[in-house]
Amino acid sequence: MTIQDELGVSSTAKLNIRGVSKLYRGARQTVSALEDINLQVEDGEFVCLLGASGCGKSTLLSLIAGLEKPTEGSLLADGKSIEGPGRQRMVMFQEHALFPWLDVMGNVLFGLNLKSGLTQDDRRELAMFYLKLVGLEKFSQANVHELSGGMKQRVALARALAPNPQVLLMDEPFAALDAMTREQLYADLQNIQQKRRKTVIFVTHNVREAVCLGDRVVLFTPRPGRIRAEYRVDLPRPRDINDVAVAQLARTITDELKTLTASA
Amino acid sequence: MTRVLRSLAFFALVVALWEAASRAGWWSPVLVPAPLAIGEYLVSALKDGSLFSAGWVTMKRLLLGYIIGLAAGIPLGLLTARFRFAADTLGVLALGLQTLPSVCWVPLALLWFGQTESAMLFIVIMGTLWAVLLATDHGIRQIPPIYRRAASTMGSSGLHLLWHVLLPASLPHLVSGMKQGWAFAWRSLMAAEIYVTVLTGFGLGHLLHYGRELQAMDQVAAIMLVILIVGFAADKLLFSPWEAFLRRRWGLA
Repeated sequence: MTIQDELGVSSTAKLNIRGVSKLYRGARQTVSALEDINLQVEDGEFVCLLGASGCGKSTLLSLIAGLEKPTEGSLLADGKSIEGPGRQRMVMFQEHALFPWLDVMGNVLFGLNLKSGLTQDDRRELAMFYLKLVGLEKFSQANVHELSGGMKQRVALARALAPNPQVLLMDEPFAALDAMTREQLYADLQNIQQKRRKTVIFVTHNVREAVCLGDRVVLFTPRPGRIRAEYRVDLPRPRDINDVAVAQLARTITDELKTLTASA
Repeated sequence: MTRVLRSLAFFALVVALWEAASRAGWWSPVLVPAPLAIGEYLVSALKDGSLFSAGWVTMKRLLLGYIIGLAAGIPLGLLTARFRFAADTLGVLALGLQTLPSVCWVPLALLWFGQTESAMLFIVIMGTLWAVLLATDHGIRQIPPIYRRAASTMGSSGLHLLWHVLLPASLPHLVSGMKQGWAFAWRSLMAAEIYVTVLTGFGLGHLLHYGRELQAMDQVAAIMLVILIVGFAADKLLFSPWEAFLRRRWGLA
């Protein structure tokens, strides 16, 4: 692996989720977090998992990440079974999860340092490339606590992209940010997806956010977590969350979500 | 800078008042030695080398015991944080022994090791070990689980995870535990040296003890001052850099 390979075409993967269920067995009761989930995700597709809290969408993300194992069913990435966490599928969490004992550069280097075949100079160059991509090249020496919430999530994004994963898993990454910062990040994320295309699974409970970002929106209902509907979003990019077309589709999905929860 | 000057001015004033009160004969020099008498003792003890050699003996005991305490306490703390069995056995033992002032070990240590360096070392280790063990255990337990999750998705596991994630993540607790271990070690060693005569080395505590036997309160007060300065200097030299790092990087106050 050379730095040219790393900076060349961004890699992607197909995801194939078949008949996946997840039970959490507690002392008193067993909770069914996911039931019979089937989902196909294409190379470089941006899929939003949408649903109320507790509907199992984050559980599905953990399963794809390999952080947990399904009770039933199989998860495949490019035809290979997902057996554990790995650098091919990087996760971005709601809390930035940056390491406070490292500076910004150290955080972005963390995953790169575990990748073999690169010199230390290559790694620094790559880290700088991704910091530039998120617009924080001037902050490489900054400490985590000195950054704003939005900047922290940008660093977290750079850290997740740096090892050049095929799949980017995002668990409500912008939920804790203020509206203005969030809107800027929607634009940035679409822009970055244009430049460094990944297969993205994006978990959210915000309907408009899902419509604004996703090529496809997958609707979950809780107890047990199930896929209830899917919408293809064919609006032109880059999309603005305040666009009328985005708002209209979001409205349709919200109405459907309400009838689904009412009947459940 | 003004704060340093303010502190210095305060101490100068205290010493001046003290000297003036001694000269005015407010109290007997046998009970409270005058600052100048203390200074004279210090100068003579520095000149004849007795202060330096006693300080060196004490520091050797302290550092050796402290390093052994750290080298054992940190891995054992990792063990109790990781394995429930270790937590229910060793962890409870540590909690119990940590509440025991380690000078209480002196009678048994003398019986087991005799009047030797080993007895001194044992007492210092008993002072350090448990505090460091418990701080490590606590530091590891309070690490937000998300750090581990994030690290494992980036391919970190095993020793890499321990060295690059778990230990640095628990650094704030580790440093305060190391500081507490140092304070306990220092106190126990002084108590042990005052309490026990060891023929292999003559430490600061012994110097203080003989001052008492000779009714030389200027010597006693001078050694107290030296002990205080050593403790203060160790705090600044050993722990200030760590604390400055924590403040800068973590933003901890």
